Amino acid sequence: MTEELRSGGEAGRGPLATVGTHAALALGALVMAFPFYWMVTTGLKGPAEALSFPPTLIPKAPTLSNFRQVWQEQPFGRYLLNSGFVSTAVTLGVLVTSSLAAHAFARMRFWGRELLFGAFLATMMIPFEVVLIPDFLIIRQLGWFDSYLALIVPWTASVFGIFLLRQTFLGIPDELFEASQLDGCGHGRFLFRVALPLVTPALVTVALVTFLGSWNSLLWPLVVTHRQELMVVQVGLVSYLGEEGSQYQLVMAAATVSILPIVVLFLAAQRHFVEGIARTGLKS
Amino acid sequence: MDALGSSEEAHLRARAKGRPAARKRRRAEALLALLYLFPATLVLLTFHLLPIFYAFFISLHQWDIIPEGFVGFGNYLELARDERFWRSLVTTVWYALLTVPLSLFLGLVVAWLLFQKLRAKGLYRTLYFLPYVTSVVAAAFVWGWIFNDNYGFANLVLTKLHLPALRWLLEPTGVFDLAFRGLGVKLPAWAGGPSLALVAVVVLSVWSSIGFNMILFLAGLGSIPKELLEAARLDGASERAVFRHVTWPLLSPTTFFLLIVSTIRTFQAFSQIYAMTGGADGPPLGTTQTITLYLYWNLNSQTRLGYGSAVAFALFAIILALTAVQFRLGKERVVFQ
Repeated sequence: MTEELRSGGEAGRGPLATVGTHAALALGALVMAFPFYWMVTTGLKGPAEALSFPPTLIPKAPTLSNFRQVWQEQPFGRYLLNSGFVSTAVTLGVLVTSSLAAHAFARMRFWGRELLFGAFLATMMIPFEVVLIPDFLIIRQLGWFDSYLALIVPWTASVFGIFLLRQTFLGIPDELFEASQLDGCGHGRFLFRVALPLVTPALVTVALVTFLGSWNSLLWPLVVTHRQELMVVQVGLVSYLGEEGSQYQLVMAAATVSILPIVVLFLAAQRHFVEGIARTGLKS
Repeated sequence: MDALGSSEEAHLRARAKGRPAARKRRRAEALLALLYLFPATLVLLTFHLLPIFYAFFISLHQWDIIPEGFVGFGNYLELARDERFWRSLVTTVWYALLTVPLSLFLGLVVAWLLFQKLRAKGLYRTLYFLPYVTSVVAAAFVWGWIFNDNYGFANLVLTKLHLPALRWLLEPTGVFDLAFRGLGVKLPAWAGGPSLALVAVVVLSVWSSIGFNMILFLAGLGSIPKELLEAARLDGASERAVFRHVTWPLLSPTTFFLLIVSTIRTFQAFSQIYAMTGGADGPPLGTTQTITLYLYWNLNSQTRLGYGSAVAFALFAIILALTAVQFRLGKERVVFQ
């Protein structure tokens, strides 16, 4: 990402301009960060302080009791585990199916290859809402309603993943493939021993985008699951709001708990996140 | 002589034999391809491709929980006369018209500022990007709390500025109407504009999408050849002229990509609006009901699957038309290096 961070700034800019830039950026950053601050501090307030006007900017008597209460009232641990399990399974599924399909599209010749690839790409244009109802009926027909299968299986293939990996595979020189074939390496061995290790950054991109999308999805889990044991964290949060809507200190504590894993993951793997997202816009 | 002859013969024999062998190899490769494609294709066909046709089939039926009869284009005709649907379309258009330009513009401004020689770039980038990775459901609750009509932070700011407190997410009145009412002018109903509640949702949507736009704009800025910028500066162009005549045109592929993606995203938006205003008959008198929420309402509260599918296809048609128009217009304006 040195490429991306490369600054285009002119050489001789005055210190005044730099101060102005910092001021603008800092003000914006304050607005961006404020909701996080407000969420955490409201979660730390007692009920009387949380529902007072004007609100206090710094909690007067910070307490963790809201977090304790949220954790006891609602199986948030279960929700988080469900989300983690579903998102991980979906991500692994997408990585496997996309790698295999992308390799076929990039390195094998077969009848109807372009046609199939085109049909896949076309589905990217379709809003998910169009297939929501039929998918719901299909899930019911399969007997998967209210099951992990319903949450996971429909999302274990991704046109975005296939597209991105195919483009990346096409960037690997053909000579490398031919050389490995001469060494008696088949398609499978080439894919897993040579190609995939070479495209790790693209795999990371696909994994992150998929995981984020799965973790943050609401509509599909809302439609195909009803039992509390199967609720993912977004659905749990929505249902908790329905119960405790006016207890803002509790809702904010619950919101904090629900985003904590993703924020920690983001801060830990920040470079990959940023590079990964930047790569989604590229053509190759 | 003899040796050469036999080797040539062997070569010819091999070539003659090679043809069926090559065909066999090609067939083996096609079979292998089928195997490699099978898992992805199975999932995509079952849940994403064939259901499109199924959805169209459903939309031609009276279908409440179970199919009850073929009605042809009856659902579509009803849709054309459905006032609620048209209102949801207008709401969606307002939502997109406010969200897309704002989040693109702010994303570009932040990216451009971060592209200068600067300290603490990483920290800024983290802060601007964090909302994008945060789930919109949690973010919607936080913003809903900020916009709370009794205890919210937004009203604290207003009272500190000696302005009247607002009802924000509970306010069905159009923002133009509110502004002019403050001046003592009563606007006609059609000129009221998007409700204040919808504008509050727009704030959340812009907040959460700036980071994504910023990162892509940064990548776009990074791919502009530095020599071009320097050449323009050497020719005595002002910074503003450099931006207008070099940076902006060369950034156009990124801008175009973001415009298309953001438009599609806002037209498909569901979670943030649902989580922030409670959907169909939510407090702001349904003034935040976009097409996707209307679709969900038909499916969930009304269990009108046939009609809901017709709504979905209408949405699809609108997105398709918009994307086509954008591509048309983009063709003339986008500069590819």
